[in-house]
Amino acid sequence: MSELRKISRREFMKRTGQAGGGLVFALSFASACQPEQQAVGPAAKAAASVAPNVYVNLRNDGIVEIYCHRSEMGQGIRTSLPQVIADELEADWDKIKVIQAIGHEKYGDQNTDGSTSIRQHFDLLRNAGATARDMMIAAAASLWGVPAEECVAREHAVHHEASGQSAGFGDLVDTAIGMPQPEKANFKDRKDYRYIGKPMDTIDGMAFTTGGAMYGTDTVLPNMLYASIERCPAFGGKVVSFDDAAAREVAGVVDVIRMPDPTAPLVFNVLGGVAVLADNTWSAETGRKALQIEWDRGANAEHQSDTYKEALIASASAPGTTVLNRGDADIETASEFEAVYYAPYLAQAPMEPPAATARVNEDGTCEVWACTQDPQTARDVVAGTLGLDKEQVIINVTLLGGGFGRKSKPDFIAEAAWLARETGRPVKVTWTREDDIRHGYLHSVSAQYFKAGMDEDGKTASWVQRTSFPSIASTFAPGVKGPSGFELDLGLLDSPWHVPNMRIETCEALAHVRIGWLRSVCNVFHAFGACSFVDELAHVKGMDPKEHLLEMIGPARKINPKDDGGEYTNYAQDLEKHPIDTGRLAAVAEKVAEMAGWGRELPEGRGLGIAVHRSFLSYTGAVAEVSVDENGKLVVHEMWTCIDAGTVVNPDRVVSQMEGAGIFGMSIALHGELTARNGGIVEGNFDSYPVVRMSEAPAAIHCHIMESDAPPGGVGEPGVPPVAPAIVNAYFAASGKRIRELPLRNAGLA
Amino acid sequence: MAIEFELNGETVSLEVDPAMPLLWAIRDIAGLTGTKYGCGKALCGSCVVHINGQPMRSCVTPSAAAAGGVVTTIEGLSEDGSHPVQVAWRELNVAQCGYCQSGQIMSAAALLERSPNPSDDEIDAAMSGNICRCGTYNRIRKAIHKVAEDQS
Repeated sequence: MSELRKISRREFMKRTGQAGGGLVFALSFASACQPEQQAVGPAAKAAASVAPNVYVNLRNDGIVEIYCHRSEMGQGIRTSLPQVIADELEADWDKIKVIQAIGHEKYGDQNTDGSTSIRQHFDLLRNAGATARDMMIAAAASLWGVPAEECVAREHAVHHEASGQSAGFGDLVDTAIGMPQPEKANFKDRKDYRYIGKPMDTIDGMAFTTGGAMYGTDTVLPNMLYASIERCPAFGGKVVSFDDAAAREVAGVVDVIRMPDPTAPLVFNVLGGVAVLADNTWSAETGRKALQIEWDRGANAEHQSDTYKEALIASASAPGTTVLNRGDADIETASEFEAVYYAPYLAQAPMEPPAATARVNEDGTCEVWACTQDPQTARDVVAGTLGLDKEQVIINVTLLGGGFGRKSKPDFIAEAAWLARETGRPVKVTWTREDDIRHGYLHSVSAQYFKAGMDEDGKTASWVQRTSFPSIASTFAPGVKGPSGFELDLGLLDSPWHVPNMRIETCEALAHVRIGWLRSVCNVFHAFGACSFVDELAHVKGMDPKEHLLEMIGPARKINPKDDGGEYTNYAQDLEKHPIDTGRLAAVAEKVAEMAGWGRELPEGRGLGIAVHRSFLSYTGAVAEVSVDENGKLVVHEMWTCIDAGTVVNPDRVVSQMEGAGIFGMSIALHGELTARNGGIVEGNFDSYPVVRMSEAPAAIHCHIMESDAPPGGVGEPGVPPVAPAIVNAYFAASGKRIRELPLRNAGLA
Repeated sequence: MAIEFELNGETVSLEVDPAMPLLWAIRDIAGLTGTKYGCGKALCGSCVVHINGQPMRSCVTPSAAAAGGVVTTIEGLSEDGSHPVQVAWRELNVAQCGYCQSGQIMSAAALLERSPNPSDDEIDAAMSGNICRCGTYNRIRKAIHKVAEDQS
């Protein structure tokens, strides 16, 4: 496997004084049959090879190396990306070798975020495979002196039927070297797909089950220091003074270094504090606990969640800035109904906390190994932190032990790089769980106000919606006063409801923490509010919630928020190619209700709840079946989900994402809440920031994927938004009680 | 001081502070990184190893507690990934990001060792100390049942 593993083994031998022996045998076998995780340079290419593009390298031993330029964090991209390339290439699956690409602009966009890996790269990946296939055909045609049009590629070889000649890809490589690189090639017909649409096994399965998978926390370099950093409890605060005498007494501690002070806006810069560096993680953490630090808690020291919540609800309850307007939402109606919903700050809390290792070489260049979702931004940030050109920075992407948005912010990578230069030694920075919960980029707290007016027939005639939350933009620029930019695209301006008079407003909210994005971002609270409110309206009108949901979605049509003045960007995609199609949303609602047996008799105290949502160009729905047990706790017995993501590459990974979204959404509904006190976060670990465990998992989470030949939509995030409202609606159906604030734990239900 | 114990079938002698959690001794000193840090407080189960056959949270177990004992990590569960739990995990594609799965597999292997055909309640009880943020719980349940069925 990679250089890393060998170093790790040597280091182990050195540290334990073992001359050799079998202690690390398990590591080496795991690597022998597994794909590369680390990028390799040209030196690693022993065989002669030809690279028709940056994603494919065909070797003359028949192996096809595929560079995965997207980060693997559990969505299965290291399997589904090669599926697409290998399919167009007509490569055999067992001759594929997946190599994780470094961060480099030659790969195009690498920011593994926004559920973009397939939806924005499907055609690019197909072209990468198809041009490689055409290159093999051109080589064969040239070798045999026949027209390329008479040759076909099939099963890792090129065939010329008329002459009966065939040659394996490996045998054509030497001929292909030096041939012009084809830029465009025809794509295969959908009916001819070998891998696209098939549930291929996870390519990293052996590594995952044997301890051989290498994450950001697992990097070991010779002479490396382990760092643990104490940061100011309040965001943006600074060290006034510190006493490190006791920390330096701790066995194994090598150095104590004050980090650079943070400057607003915080962006991805280091967050300040004091770093303890040691020859192992435990000594670094022990030394850190012995630090005495006096803090200036800074401008956010008065931030308290309880008073902030009141202010946020007040802000959403008063008129704001209109961002979409259709008809006259103030028209007089026969009756009105209004409600306010609140959802708190959340932490992404991936099981692997942020971790990065950096080495500054003698020539001043810096090499990094990190669990990053966004290696090119990491490269820019490291270059900026060290005053280097980005050409002097190499970002190796490890596996990510979960990401959920946290790991697209490379502040932890900047810390490692800065410390590596300060110490002159390689440094690994590993955040503790408490660091992760308390010093992250928080999913925004929010308040949502809704008012509906009903006409004489009980139909919804007017709709006023206001959203208030501190903006992600505040992390990157001064003076941001509330919801802005792309945040309005996320379940707000794309409102699907068939209401003739509609006005949507944004309301002010100032940020006092680092606001960031979490799996499905603002869709989480926008869908919670809207799908809860639509369910409430059903009961106001005395309608079945599913029938009412379909009535609210209305007839099949394509919505353009721009028709109503909404500055909508549709996840950076053309509305012609990826319309807001209410027909597809309604079909998902119908299907998921059918799966759940909507309308069936339920025992007393049980209820079904439904919610649907479009996000990241895909349509998802969830139905939850819940009851309250003898201890007053909510039990989610079963969940049904449905997704229309257009064309899907690996249905098993799509299903697994929906299953995972069900659990992730349950954690949001039942447990998730961060509380600010005096500018700092109160919660710190999985005791105070609980997430769903096995004992709470439903008996089953079913998933149906809608058959579709539409262009691919996102998969990783869209499953999350409908889950919390489906559960809250189910709780209402079971109990008659409406909860308008998350998490349900605060109502004693978890 | 040196703490001697059997690690994945080999006798090792590690120069560590006896209070150092076994997790860090295994990862940083012995160099086996398959066992993961997730919380440091016995809350998530990412660090589960077997000590004398029992599943233990290595993040809160002092290294001294392993002295003279037998420690098995994910790397030592089988020589070639052929332990029935590992096989079932791959057959059902349980893992998403994979990070917590070393601990999940070690907990599941210990459960099946003491209860070869566990009920859902037993699985919930034995596995609820292991958090999976990707949400693979339903596949974990299925995989444990599959091991039980295949071996019966």
